[in-house]
Amino acid sequence: MFKGNFINNLPKIYGTYTGGFLAFVILMAVLEKAGVAHQTIGILFVGFTIFIYALIGYLSRTVQVDAYYLAGRQVPTVFNGMATAADWMSGASFVAMAGGIYFKGYGYMAFLVGWTGGYILVAALLAPYLRKFGCYTVPDFIGTRYGGNLVRAAAVLVLFVASLTYVTAQINATGTIAAKALDIDFKLAVWVGLISILLCSMLGGMRAVTWTQVAQYIVLIIAYLLPIFWMSNANDFGWFPHLMLGDQVQRLHELEQTLNIGTADAIINTKAQLATLGDALTKGKVASIGIAHSDSVAGWPNAWKFISLAICMMVGTASLPHIMMRYFTTPSVKSARKSVAWSLFFIFLLYSSAPMLATLSKLQLLDPNLSTSIIGKSHDIVSQLSWVKTWGARDWVALADFNGDGIVQVNEFFMRGDVVVLATPEIAGLPYVITGLVAAGGMAAAMSTADGLILAISNALSHDIYYKIIDPKADVKKRLLVARALLLLIGAFGAFLASKQLTSILGGVAWAFDFAMSGLFFPLVLGIWWKRANREGAIAGILGGLFVGSAYLYYVKFAENAADNVIWGVDNLRFGIFGGLASLILVIVVSLMTKAPDSAIQAMVSEARIPSGKTILGKQH
Amino acid sequence: MSNREKHWEKTKGHTAITLVIWFIFSIGIFIFGHDLNQLTFLNYPLAYYMSAQGSLLIFVILLFWFANKQEKIDEEFGFAERGEE
Repeated sequence: MFKGNFINNLPKIYGTYTGGFLAFVILMAVLEKAGVAHQTIGILFVGFTIFIYALIGYLSRTVQVDAYYLAGRQVPTVFNGMATAADWMSGASFVAMAGGIYFKGYGYMAFLVGWTGGYILVAALLAPYLRKFGCYTVPDFIGTRYGGNLVRAAAVLVLFVASLTYVTAQINATGTIAAKALDIDFKLAVWVGLISILLCSMLGGMRAVTWTQVAQYIVLIIAYLLPIFWMSNANDFGWFPHLMLGDQVQRLHELEQTLNIGTADAIINTKAQLATLGDALTKGKVASIGIAHSDSVAGWPNAWKFISLAICMMVGTASLPHIMMRYFTTPSVKSARKSVAWSLFFIFLLYSSAPMLATLSKLQLLDPNLSTSIIGKSHDIVSQLSWVKTWGARDWVALADFNGDGIVQVNEFFMRGDVVVLATPEIAGLPYVITGLVAAGGMAAAMSTADGLILAISNALSHDIYYKIIDPKADVKKRLLVARALLLLIGAFGAFLASKQLTSILGGVAWAFDFAMSGLFFPLVLGIWWKRANREGAIAGILGGLFVGSAYLYYVKFAENAADNVIWGVDNLRFGIFGGLASLILVIVVSLMTKAPDSAIQAMVSEARIPSGKTILGKQH
Repeated sequence: MSNREKHWEKTKGHTAITLVIWFIFSIGIFIFGHDLNQLTFLNYPLAYYMSAQGSLLIFVILLFWFANKQEKIDEEFGFAERGEE
C-alpha cells in the first residue's frame, strides 16, 4: 500500500488511520440515527479500537533484542512525543482528572502543574544524557554508571514498587471502563482489559508498544477534545473554550454564592445521612460538591499544600522509568531532547482542557438557566433522567432527599468523580456516539499507560536481573522468551491486585510518583551532574530513600491515629518530600565518606555530557 | 579550559536559566496563589488560569526554546551529532 520504508511513511500511515477512525465515528453516528441500540454502539467502539491496537501489535512483532527493548532506536521525534503522551496520560488523567477538579477545585490543579512541569526536569537534567548512555532500561543506566549488581538490583526494586503501584491503578481503570462499555462484571472486565493490553505488547515489546501508543494517543485526544468543543459551542459559551470560559468560571462563582457551595452557610451532611446512600457511598465512592470551583484560601499552609503536591508530582515525573525509557528509542540525543518538548505539547492539549471540561460539566448541572440543570428541580423529574438511571444502577450517581422538600439540593446530589468525563456527554444531551467515543478514549488512555508500565517492569527484570545478573550468557532467543514470560506474569499479577480493588484510581497513581521520587530521582540526576557520586552513595540513596518514604507513608496512612502523625502538612499523597530529601542527603554524605569513583567512570560521565560520538553502551548489550 | 569544559560550563548555565524559569512558574507564583486569584486574566482568576493553562503553556514554550538553544551550544563547540538522523 505504501512505497518506501515504514518510518518515512509514518505521517501517511497515521494520517490514513486518523481519517479511518473519524469515518468510523461517523458510521457509528449513522447507526445511532438508524436506531441501533446504545449498548451495541458502546461495544463496537471499544471492540473495534482494541482490535486495531492488537493488529498493530501483531504487525510489529520482532525477534531482535534492540527492536524489543528500544524499538530499534528509530522512532522519529514527533511520533515519540505522541507515544510518550499516550504512555503518560493514564486512565487517571483521562477519567479521573476532570472529576478531581470538579470536586476539589483550585487545590487539585496542583496535579496539572506537577504533571506538566516535571517534563522540564526530564529534558534539562536527564533524558538527553541517558539517551547518550544508550541503556535499555533505567536500572541499566544506574548499573553502568555506578557499577555493580547490588546498585542495579536496588534500582530495579524501586522501579518495581513504583510501577506496580501505578499499573494496578491502570488495569483497574481499563476494568472500570470495559465493565461499563461492554456491560460485564468488573472482575471479568479486568481480565478482558489485561488481555487487550498484552495483545499490544507481547509480540513486539517496545516496538509494538510505541506504534500502538501513537494510535492510542490519536483516539484519546479526539475523544477528550470533541465533547468539550461541542458543549462550549452548543451552549454559546464561545467557539474556543480555553480562551473563552472565563465568564463561565465567574458564573460558577456567583452560583456557588447563592447555592452556598464552599461558603460558611454550606450544609454539611451528617454521617448518618450519608450512610443511607449504601453501596453508592461505599463501593461507588460518590460525593456531593463541597468545595468552590476557583476560589483559593489565603495563608501559607494552603500555598504549601499546593506547591508540595506539585513538587512531588514533578520530581516523580522525572524519575518514572516508563517515561524515561521512551527517550531511549529516539535516533539521536538531539531528537530525544526535542521529543520531550513535543511530548509536553501533546500532553498540554489534554491537560489544559480538563479544567474546561470540569467547568462545563458543573455548569450543566448547577445553572438553572440551562435545560440540563438538576439542582433546584423536583426529585420526580431528576430521578427519571436517563443518565441518572443508568449511572444510578451502577451506584455511581445517587440522589437523596434529606430535608424532605422533594427538591434536589446541592447536598442531595451525589456522583463519583469519574462520571464527569464518562457521563458529561450524556448529561449535556449530546448523541450517544460521543459517549461511546469517550469510553474508547478512556480505554486507550488506560491501556497505553498500562502497556508502558508492564513493559518497563518486565524489561528491567529480564534485562537487568535475568540477563545482567543471573545468566549473562543467555542467547537472544532465550532472553526474549524470558522477557515475554515476565510480561505475562507481571500483567497477571497486576490484574489480580486490581480485581481486589485495594486503592481508588488516583491514590495509587500519586503514590507511584512519590515512590519514584524517593528512590530514583537523586541517584539518577547526581549520576550525570556530580562525578563524585559513587556506588556506595547510590545504594544508600536508593534504598534509604525508598525506606524513609515507605516508612513515612505507613506512619501517616496506616499506623494508629495516622492523621495525627502528619509533619509539616506532608500527608500520604506527598510522602516523596521526605523520601526524596533522605535520598539526596544519603547520596551526598555516603559518597563523600567513601572513595571517589575511578577515572574510567569519570570519563564515562564526561562522555555522556556531549551529544556527539558513539553511545556508551553498544547497540546490542 | 578545554573545549569540553567550556561546552559543559555553557550547558550548565543554560540548564540553570531553564530551571529558574521552571521554578518561577511551577512553584514561585503559586506561593502567592491566593493573592494572584484576586486579579483576573481573560476573566479567569489569575492563579486558576495559570494552573489550568498559563504555566502549562509557558512550560511547552520553555522546552522548545531549551532544546533549540542547547543544539546551538552543541554546534558551537563541535559536539553536535552528525549523520545520525
